[in-house]
Amino acid sequence: MVERKPTKAQQAAAPVHYTLDWLEERSGLVGGVRYFLFRNVPHDTNWMQTLGSATLTAFIVQAVTGVILAMYYKPDPQNAYASIQNITNDVTLGWLVRGMHRWGASVFIILMFLHMARVFLFGAYKYPRELNWVIGVLLLTLGLAEGFTGYLLPWDNTAYWATTVGININGTAPFLGPYIAQFLQGGNFIGPDTLSRFYSLHMLVVPGAIIGLITLHLYLVIRLGVTSPPWSKDAAGTMEPEEPAGRSGLTQPVPRGGEAQ
Amino acid sequence: MQPDDGADRNQPSPTIWPLGFAVGVVVLLVGLIVSPWFLGGIGLLIAIVFGALWAREATREVRAPAPAPEVEEEPARPAHVPVEPEPERYPRNKFLEGATLGVGAVIGGMVALPALGFMILPAFTDVKPYHVDLGPLDNFPEGKYVISTFLLYPEQGEVSRRTAFVRNNGFKGDQPSFTVISNTCAHLGCPVQANGPVFDNQKKTIQASGLEVTLIPTSPAGFGCPCHGGQYDTEGNRTAGPPVRALDRYEFSIVHGNLWLGRIFSVSTVTGTGADAMIQKYTQHYPGQHVDAPEGWLYPLQPPRY
Repeated sequence: MVERKPTKAQQAAAPVHYTLDWLEERSGLVGGVRYFLFRNVPHDTNWMQTLGSATLTAFIVQAVTGVILAMYYKPDPQNAYASIQNITNDVTLGWLVRGMHRWGASVFIILMFLHMARVFLFGAYKYPRELNWVIGVLLLTLGLAEGFTGYLLPWDNTAYWATTVGININGTAPFLGPYIAQFLQGGNFIGPDTLSRFYSLHMLVVPGAIIGLITLHLYLVIRLGVTSPPWSKDAAGTMEPEEPAGRSGLTQPVPRGGEAQ
Repeated sequence: MQPDDGADRNQPSPTIWPLGFAVGVVVLLVGLIVSPWFLGGIGLLIAIVFGALWAREATREVRAPAPAPEVEEEPARPAHVPVEPEPERYPRNKFLEGATLGVGAVIGGMVALPALGFMILPAFTDVKPYHVDLGPLDNFPEGKYVISTFLLYPEQGEVSRRTAFVRNNGFKGDQPSFTVISNTCAHLGCPVQANGPVFDNQKKTIQASGLEVTLIPTSPAGFGCPCHGGQYDTEGNRTAGPPVRALDRYEFSIVHGNLWLGRIFSVSTVTGTGADAMIQKYTQHYPGQHVDAPEGWLYPLQPPRY
């Protein structure tokens, strides 16, 4: 046997491989990531099916920018508005991070709805994925709660009156409505307690719940797999057996009933 | 994807009943506007009948005994999937399982319940009554509205501003009469404004019982809300727009020649004007809630407020 001398590239990669092997042996994480990244998906998946990842990205942007904004924001009536002005006008790059958080909020909500529309129109909510639809609806509700609680934080007139109206809309729910409204206000009126309470909900309670539910959401996506688009021949059960399993994925979708190729 | 074998056990068989149910709901909704008792009743009937038929259809497989072919499949299964025998468990094992879960639940409850209570209860238990001194009666000329505004908690700033429209109605018999209307819109709580001239040049700021009160005379033809256009007359009755009841009012009292504001109460309608007004009074409700029947039945209990 001739011992082949390792090439330069192999020598360079050795420390990386050693580290990864060390990690894999002790945690199985590398295998897990490999499984996640290289799992099978239908060959005819669609660009629309990236909307879920886009929503996740928007959420991560909100989480990161939100954490940084929390380093400069002061959630009490005397300082809240002034600290927002400070972030926007004085702190270096504050205008950018606040802008990302503010506009990213709308992007997040819009993407959630688009993702939901995709799942609905593709019929991807059907058996066995009903539970993931339910989790998604909870995530949508929590996302809207983030929008509602975040809107108060600038503590200007728009924020104050929009929250007044929003809380009173909650108050019109039958039976429990007045109690929900009073809980949200944290007392008799909108005041300092309302602001700090909304801040706590906005940056701790609701995001925590969202992260937990996203984890479940992704677990179910990986466990149950990705659906084919509704025009997929696989989904219709009409794929001819002699057709090779791994097509290029670049063929145009064939409309239903279009047997002639 | 799994190949479709045509049986599609997880899909309910197509049925016409949901269409009938939908038609019933539409008729019900139209009926609620057009004629609640007749057309609405018909719609409700259609919806109930078709809904029941739909539910019967959808649950048929669940209710009926399983069809014979599936029963025949059953004995074949154990051959493929050997069922692991349940390991024998000692009483101590069962006790330890129960103890772990039980002690865990108790500890979790001991931590979680006070925290939850701390989150929820103060909003309901820590509300204190407040009374506000608006100063001497001389500042309220008879028959004229005065915008009375003050910071209830000055340390909280503008967020604690409260505003009342106060009108001296003279005397009813030997009792003084005031109309004290809250500026909280009965739609969704925005601040209603006086529809008419506001005499800012006659603005007066007085100190009464340690609170700074600003008094601005006005002669409104009514009150209007800037948010969604609710309109009220000078007695606070709704005249147009989305509000569901009249404007809330303050109870008042006169102490040593000063006008004091008391609790807020809700009003469905006011008949008559000024000192002769008949006020349909209810406990304070949040804006947007009906106080009178039948919609008021949806809000039987109100949290403690002042």
